[in-house]
Amino acid sequence: MAVTENSQKQETYYESIINQGYSRRDFMKFATFMAAYMGLETSSIAQVVKAMESTPRIPVIWEHFQECTCCSESFIRSDHPIVADVILDRVSLDYTLTLMAASGHQAEAAKHATMEKYKGEYILCVEGSIPMAEEGYCCIAGRSSLDILKEAAAGAKAIIAWGSCASNGCVQAAAPNPTKATPIHKIIKDKPIIRVPGCPPIGEVMAGVIMHVVAFGRLPELDRLGRPKAFYGKRVHDSCYRRPYYDAGLFAESFDDANAKEGYCLYKVGCRGPMTYNSCGSMRWNNGVSFPIQSGHGCIGCSEEEFWDNGPFYERLPNMTGFGIESTADQVGKVAAGVVGAGLVIHAIGANVMKRKELRDRINKGIKTEEQIQA
Amino acid sequence: MADSNDNWYPRNFKRAYVWELPVRVFHWVNFLCIIVLSATGFLISDPPAILSNEDATSQYWFGIIRFTHFAAAYLFTAAIVMRLYWFFVGNQFARWSAYWPWTKEAIKNAKHVVWVDVMLLSKKEHRLEDLSIGHNSVAAFAYLMFFVLFFVMILTGFGLYAPTSEWWLPNMFAWVPSLLGGDFNTRIIHHGAMWLILIISIIHIYLVFYHEWLEGRGEVSSMFSGYKFIRAERMANTYRSPVKQESTKEVEQPAEFDPNDPC
Repeated sequence: MAVTENSQKQETYYESIINQGYSRRDFMKFATFMAAYMGLETSSIAQVVKAMESTPRIPVIWEHFQECTCCSESFIRSDHPIVADVILDRVSLDYTLTLMAASGHQAEAAKHATMEKYKGEYILCVEGSIPMAEEGYCCIAGRSSLDILKEAAAGAKAIIAWGSCASNGCVQAAAPNPTKATPIHKIIKDKPIIRVPGCPPIGEVMAGVIMHVVAFGRLPELDRLGRPKAFYGKRVHDSCYRRPYYDAGLFAESFDDANAKEGYCLYKVGCRGPMTYNSCGSMRWNNGVSFPIQSGHGCIGCSEEEFWDNGPFYERLPNMTGFGIESTADQVGKVAAGVVGAGLVIHAIGANVMKRKELRDRINKGIKTEEQIQA
Repeated sequence: MADSNDNWYPRNFKRAYVWELPVRVFHWVNFLCIIVLSATGFLISDPPAILSNEDATSQYWFGIIRFTHFAAAYLFTAAIVMRLYWFFVGNQFARWSAYWPWTKEAIKNAKHVVWVDVMLLSKKEHRLEDLSIGHNSVAAFAYLMFFVLFFVMILTGFGLYAPTSEWWLPNMFAWVPSLLGGDFNTRIIHHGAMWLILIISIIHIYLVFYHEWLEGRGEVSSMFSGYKFIRAERMANTYRSPVKQESTKEVEQPAEFDPNDPC
């Protein structure tokens, strides 16, 4: 698809959408959707429209490394059909292993053509972590992931790290991390990187991020960890519909507890909502149908670093490594306090034995002084 | 050591103002805060199972627990800031230099404390200087560690609190969780440091009683009154005493002065 289209005059987003057979009304609806996803105000819709009418489409190269493709799956299921149609299908995606029509040498040639023609302009999307242990892990077309990433990143305008794999390492980076799975920002240091963690990220979030970059030609506002503030500024806990139960101190004790169904907070059955930054509570999943907590399961914190190692998912405190299986900080603390307490009792007894002469002497002197006091 | 009643003589004890008012206020505010913060902290970490047929809207006990935790945290932080200031303007026992463990005298004193108070052994010869008036140097080092833990608590605590607050003060600590690998790890560190503080507190309380019982110089009451009782002979030889030279002549040495009695 890519090579021939790119060699023609660059269309704007608007033109390509109209050429797909959508009406202007559809386009306006799409722009409104996108503005909402990007977390923009209503007054900014016109800006989105204008940007899409005037900006030539930016080519996107989408690389897949150590991942499960759940990010792509989530993306193509994002709410508005134009997202998949326009961004993915025909317009911008010049190279993606999962969805492109071309294969083999033809596909690689298409990628290289885009990389050369749009050097410094294209957006590189990365799905998956990079194995740093040995070159042999995750080879594509006979080349290592690291090699492919470095080549693609060299000419990219910006990089979007899709999902927890590319952002945090995710499951592959869980201990003992045999492939030394490494997130993108630890390898590429000289390019702006947007981290969009989640396993997968919400489809609408992905659409919002990529539309922001391609429509406005700049990165959305990012937080300290490089995540878009519009989507990762709040904890799941802060937008959770079960939050009133948390403040009221009403907690489900187990999953077969009737109160869990009533809507009691899942805090005590291990919900990671209070520690997880994501917009599941407000945007929800599958076209806003639901999200894990609404479906009765606590958040597992999939968009947080090391979420896989901070198990078990159904406990408030994680197991502590190095202290035996299934011991938490509380258990270690209790044992330590007990040992210290016992040590102090022994010390106290020891002190009275070892210093008995000194103590007896002092008591005698005190008695003597007492006798000297004039009544 | 004097053993018999024969060489008994009335001890000349002086009342020394060791702990100034800000130090004592800090101590008791700290005491209160640690108890409140730990109790509410345990509740927040593992809330009790409460069933109710009332609506969630009419209840707020967990919110109140959390509010108490945060309010106590502000008080705790304010007390720490006040104490930090006092490190520079306080008396010789409150100054930062009293907590600096790497001087020759401090190391010498630490050896003495380990020998006599930790291993409970006796010394043939008693030196008056060995008996500390403020903190001994092992204790001073322990309090230094206390402060390190307090800073860990303030950093991680405000770091976790920052996203729920609009105020600049907690938001000054918003970088902490991102440095420690997320709120999850930050919370574990916050929880673990609490356990360390509790354990060191247990040791602290024991040692206060230990010194009171073995030395009888007002160790316990000193944190209420500020005074400790020091033998008059001690004035001239006090280690870290700023009045070393001048006071030598003024102090009357009792005729029966027994340098081998440590207290």
